[in-house]
Amino acid sequence: MSEELVNIEVDGVPMKARKNAMVIQVTDANGVYIPRFCYHDKLSIAANCRMCLVEIEKAPKPMPACATPVAEGMKVFTKSPRAIAAQKATMEFLLINHPLDCPICDQGGECELQDLAMGFGRDVSRYAERKRVFKDENLGPLVSTDMTRCIHCTRCVRFGQEIAGVPALGTIGRGEQTMISTFIEQSIDHELSANIIDLCPVGALNNKPYRYRARAWEMAQVPLVSPHDCVGTNLNAHVLRGRVMRIVPRANEAINETWIADRDRFSYEGFYAADRALKPMVKEGGTWREVDWETALEIAARGLQQVVRETGPAQVGVLASPISSLEELALAARLARAIGTNNVDHRLRRIDFRDQANDPVAPMLGCTIAGIEQAAGVLVVGSNLRKEVPLIAHRVRQGALRRGAKVSFINPRHYDVRFPVTASLTSNGLGMAQHLAAVLAASLAAQGKAVPRHVAAALEGVVPSAQHAGVAATLVAGGLRVILLGALAQHHAAYSELRALAAALADTTGANLGFLPEGGNAVGAALAGVLPHRATGGRALAAPGLNAIEMLAARLKAYVLLGGIESADLVPSSAIESSLRGADCVVAITPYASEEILANASVILPSAVYAETSGTWVNVEGRWQSVAGVSKPAGEARPAWKILRVLGNLLGLDGFEYASSEEVRDELRHELDTYQGGVAAGAAFAPGRLAAMDVTREVAIYGVDAIVRRSAPLQATVDGQQGAAGGAA
Amino acid sequence: MSDSHPHADSGEALPAHVRAEIDHWLAKFPADRRRSAVIAALHAVQHEKGYLPQESMDAVAGYLGIPPIQVYEVASFYSMFETKPCGRHHISVCTNISCMLCGGEDILAHLEKRLGIKVGESTADGRFYLKQEEECLAACNGAPMMMVNHVYFEHLTPAKVDQILDDHK
Repeated sequence: MSEELVNIEVDGVPMKARKNAMVIQVTDANGVYIPRFCYHDKLSIAANCRMCLVEIEKAPKPMPACATPVAEGMKVFTKSPRAIAAQKATMEFLLINHPLDCPICDQGGECELQDLAMGFGRDVSRYAERKRVFKDENLGPLVSTDMTRCIHCTRCVRFGQEIAGVPALGTIGRGEQTMISTFIEQSIDHELSANIIDLCPVGALNNKPYRYRARAWEMAQVPLVSPHDCVGTNLNAHVLRGRVMRIVPRANEAINETWIADRDRFSYEGFYAADRALKPMVKEGGTWREVDWETALEIAARGLQQVVRETGPAQVGVLASPISSLEELALAARLARAIGTNNVDHRLRRIDFRDQANDPVAPMLGCTIAGIEQAAGVLVVGSNLRKEVPLIAHRVRQGALRRGAKVSFINPRHYDVRFPVTASLTSNGLGMAQHLAAVLAASLAAQGKAVPRHVAAALEGVVPSAQHAGVAATLVAGGLRVILLGALAQHHAAYSELRALAAALADTTGANLGFLPEGGNAVGAALAGVLPHRATGGRALAAPGLNAIEMLAARLKAYVLLGGIESADLVPSSAIESSLRGADCVVAITPYASEEILANASVILPSAVYAETSGTWVNVEGRWQSVAGVSKPAGEARPAWKILRVLGNLLGLDGFEYASSEEVRDELRHELDTYQGGVAAGAAFAPGRLAAMDVTREVAIYGVDAIVRRSAPLQATVDGQQGAAGGAA
Repeated sequence: MSDSHPHADSGEALPAHVRAEIDHWLAKFPADRRRSAVIAALHAVQHEKGYLPQESMDAVAGYLGIPPIQVYEVASFYSMFETKPCGRHHISVCTNISCMLCGGEDILAHLEKRLGIKVGESTADGRFYLKQEEECLAACNGAPMMMVNHVYFEHLTPAKVDQILDDHK
């Protein structure tokens, strides 16, 4: 990148600017405001709204600041009479066809057109002729349309092409009849689709579930972190009278830029689902009774104590959802260990634990999220990337399209990723592990290296094809190279083999090995020791407890379930129902009391959803993000960390004396910072014969956790419907 | 469309001679600029079908390896392309300034009355289609004028119009 600078002058103030930068980029960086509609930092330049016209010395007419590159000695006037006259004239044209319906428009109060009309519009329109109107299209359950309000900035069109990769909207017709449309009426189906709501500078594209619910100025803005995937997406909740009315992006260049996934935006509808648990309940003789908190907690503590007393602590199992906050996870792990059991796990959908001793301390990315965009080579193993982690998929795609990153996939089947891939290695007779072994063999051959002993058996007789060699070539040289193991790998029956081979491949090529775990706090859960074989910070335990599958298969006498765990969160098995229903005591700390949870549990302790509690989420980069939460939880629900604290107190356990979630966090942080032991890794796992069959499980994008599964608008999307039909949820 | 996006399909939905025509145009552009041939491709399809059915536009998009919406944008932008079924003979009456001063609007009114349709409609027998004309047809010296199937007819009178209609079966 050339860092050649030129000198320009804006409104008499000298500025340095990167050569070839556009005027608006320089003024934005220097805090000089120029009005605009079509220009957007993250999109290509269209220069079609003309709102950013400025005067430039020696130019015969006003120039659009967004499409005028700076030149040495250029003098720009953003507020001269000529510039202002041009901007006012543009505004008058834009308002010709724009309806005066601000009082009934959801955008009112947060509308760029409204704001700029205040600054640049006339108070009375000179236009007395008919305004054109358009019929509104149905773009699906997430985005509402009022196309008569459209000013044709084409941000949504460019978003479709450049960011989503699925161009659904286009500019249809010409002249006065120009409209933004899908032409053939259809929903816009993309996991990032609702970002066009934020991009739209007017009220043409709006939030459908939020329609007519509140006004922008009535609501308070509260920062949140999304728990639905490992990205740690920054969100703002807009809250009215204690209720989350909508969720919008909170810009963070290092994580989510200005985008959020539809899953992050609309999951809040699940907060207020009909089966939300609003009061503590206990089951007595098969019937549920609402009780006060004291009674419920006492009954829960008594139930657990009885099991411990009669059958020993090994008969207690703790399952925690990885969407829980770090504090909740830390206390859940502490509860299990204080009771005297290591039966605690958050890896709810994993089936292969053979090589868990070699798991990394935490399943992290191995580079920054923004760094993925800079990678020269990426190999994704076992991930339907777009549906699992939409914003990582976006980074990978941008890297491929803008920087020519070479991206390959090894998956059970082919997924549409919307960019040219180097290779998409899917089954066709070979399993994922066999493909991975072939890429490893090819990379070893390319570098003239000997086969490492522990993978020798797996590589025996493996003959790499030209395609495998091509993938290997993208990993052996260049800048940053990344191998990513996604959820389909982590759910795989041969995860141990896949990980061992991926690690060997990373080793021989110098690529980073990264993980894309499920849930917003899988990294936090691992650090907090929500694992049967490890305490905090990866400290190996001499006597590991049972993992998630074993706990359910063992039909323990008591279970503690944290975070609204339902069978959809677990490995499908007939053992779930019988083991939970057969247990003496099942304490469900859950935001929901669905029929299934009611059938399985014996005590329901209603907990806050992620937005309603203070807490910390550790994303896949290892970044700790603490937020204060919105307000009080629905009904009598309480933050789960408080529930666990009181439960610990009632059980007479040590280490549950906390006044705030920050104390829990700070203590864990201190423990991790001072712990120097590292992980006592087991002997290297040696994969044997590799299976050609892929046994893994795909989880639907809107089936990942209890909150998302209850969001009606998400379930109404094409992805949601397919997930429900496929039973993958 | 599959993932690697500019990924043209075999175009089996298009007749071989239409594909040949598109290929002829594709050869004039760089290999990675297949989108450039979209106008020519749409002309070829419309010549074949009389208008552009959605399936044909999708087939063109598939053959050129571009998103369908980009074909719809072009097809809806140019007034020469029809996206709905219409009559065989396309009549465009100029009502721009010179023609308007010389009675172009009377000619249009006569046509509407004689055919029993309004601008933008086709006759029930599928014989005539009265197009919406966006701009001056560039024959001011012969005003008032109209175009039938892209052939100019100038210095029109109602009687002349009737004769022209009779000549187009």
